[in-house]
Amino acid sequence: MSARPALAPASLDPVRVRAEFPILARTIHGKPLVYLDSAASSQRPWAVLRAVEHYETSCHANVHRGVHSLSQWATEAYEGARETVRRFLNARSTREIVFVRGTTEAINLVANSWGRSQLKAGDEVLITQLEHHSNIVPWQLICAATGATLRAAPITAAGELDMSAFARLLTARTRLVAVAHISNALGTVLPVHEIVRLAHAQGIPVLLDGAQAVAHASVDVRALDCDFYAFSGHKVYGPTGIGALYARESLLATMPPWQGGGDMILSVQIESSTYNDLPWRFEAGTPNISGAVGLGAALEYVESLGREAIAAHEQGLLELASARLAAMPGLRLVGTAAHKAAVISFTMQGVHPHDIGTILDSEGVAIRTGHHCAMPLMEYYGLAATARASFGCYNNAHDVERLVQALQRVREVFG
Amino acid sequence: MDLKELYREVILDHNRSPRNFGRLDPADGSAAGHNPLCGDTLDITLRMQGDRLTELRFEGQGCAISVASASLMSEAVKGRRRDEIEQIFGDVHALLTGRESPGGRDLGKLAALAGVAEYPARVKCASLCWHTLNAALAHQQTPVSTE
Repeated sequence: MSARPALAPASLDPVRVRAEFPILARTIHGKPLVYLDSAASSQRPWAVLRAVEHYETSCHANVHRGVHSLSQWATEAYEGARETVRRFLNARSTREIVFVRGTTEAINLVANSWGRSQLKAGDEVLITQLEHHSNIVPWQLICAATGATLRAAPITAAGELDMSAFARLLTARTRLVAVAHISNALGTVLPVHEIVRLAHAQGIPVLLDGAQAVAHASVDVRALDCDFYAFSGHKVYGPTGIGALYARESLLATMPPWQGGGDMILSVQIESSTYNDLPWRFEAGTPNISGAVGLGAALEYVESLGREAIAAHEQGLLELASARLAAMPGLRLVGTAAHKAAVISFTMQGVHPHDIGTILDSEGVAIRTGHHCAMPLMEYYGLAATARASFGCYNNAHDVERLVQALQRVREVFG
Repeated sequence: MDLKELYREVILDHNRSPRNFGRLDPADGSAAGHNPLCGDTLDITLRMQGDRLTELRFEGQGCAISVASASLMSEAVKGRRRDEIEQIFGDVHALLTGRESPGGRDLGKLAALAGVAEYPARVKCASLCWHTLNAALAHQQTPVSTE
């Protein structure tokens, strides 16, 4: 694993960056691909594809087991990726970094390990109205199992968290706050520093769902002072099936294992077992080694572009696209928070989002349509679905123009 | 890919002005349909005279394909016997999945849905109304789902 780049470039070269993502060279229905669905899954640069290929073709064996060279190299690659994740999040120690399948598994881990051992009848878990299903359903399951109650703080019409209502819902019964860092459906950036400050003032730990944040904002778990931070590799230009959970060591050390098996133990007798140290206690079974290698390469790629540079580039696209779309007759932007990431949810009068999606696809423009796995949020807006364009480091102003042209085509078809 | 094959004028017309839209009260049969993937919902109410469907209304929300399909269906099944409706559904299903109609019958306006076969992700949009109609004919109380 290479060291952190000494100096990140001040601004991003969109032409060079686009060329680093091979899939963006392909055509869809004979038209150059415009990929505006990075909030669902981002594409992978050569740096990630080559790192995975190199691992698979010259280093693969099982980790933490063999004395042979391949096993040692695989272990070094896997643990090296963990150090990259630690550095990327600015965690104190790799003991605080657990590899998981993705954000969903990270939240399920906290719910099943921390939640099952800490929650009891009368306790409350506080989320918000705008959460992704992955930060709702695990808490419903664990609340049902422990007798605790799930509460959701309301949002405003702009798609921002109602902070005074949130503060009122923080009570002596609240045992955990679990909120998105950035809303996947609206792009709202939540005031996570303030959320953590309010919760910690009452001694309540905070989990942040960072699935939408790691690729688009600087994430420093020490500056955030959060207790858990969950994210997925495939939303930050890495592979699917790999992600990480940051957990404050003082909390993780008290948490029971949630899955049993090989690698998470030091010794096993039929009667009982001695569990492994942190973080391996939470990684039962052979892990996704090549996925971790790809994730490490993806985070290094993001560092090489510069997180500030990516954020500035995407903010420019957000402003441009928001202005262009808002000017289209009959088009309504859903979610107009003051502080947003480059995600634009919208509806068009008289046209269902699925028809928008099909027509855009015929023009080579890939967007997401539907409820975005955030049905309580859609219910708040009284919508069954929206269309959503989301941007990544590889998008450019030309993509925005192609989106606008394709939306004009929707109007032509539907009149 | 030719969008005009999918969004034919008949489809756009029935989406803009759906026929038999609304609710019958009282009704002899009713059912709710739901496509959880896209959030489409559809409620069907109908009246029967013996074996014959005399009236049908639908309401709900969905994409152009789903609304037009329900509207076209409402016209095609009105006044038909159960066995005839079953036969038409078989023909429509074949059409939506790109197969030949079993009896080589003429589907009339329903043939406008032929373009859907090129869009596998949209077949459920067009078939939701038919599954819901089947449930209403069977007086089924639990909502039908495409999943």
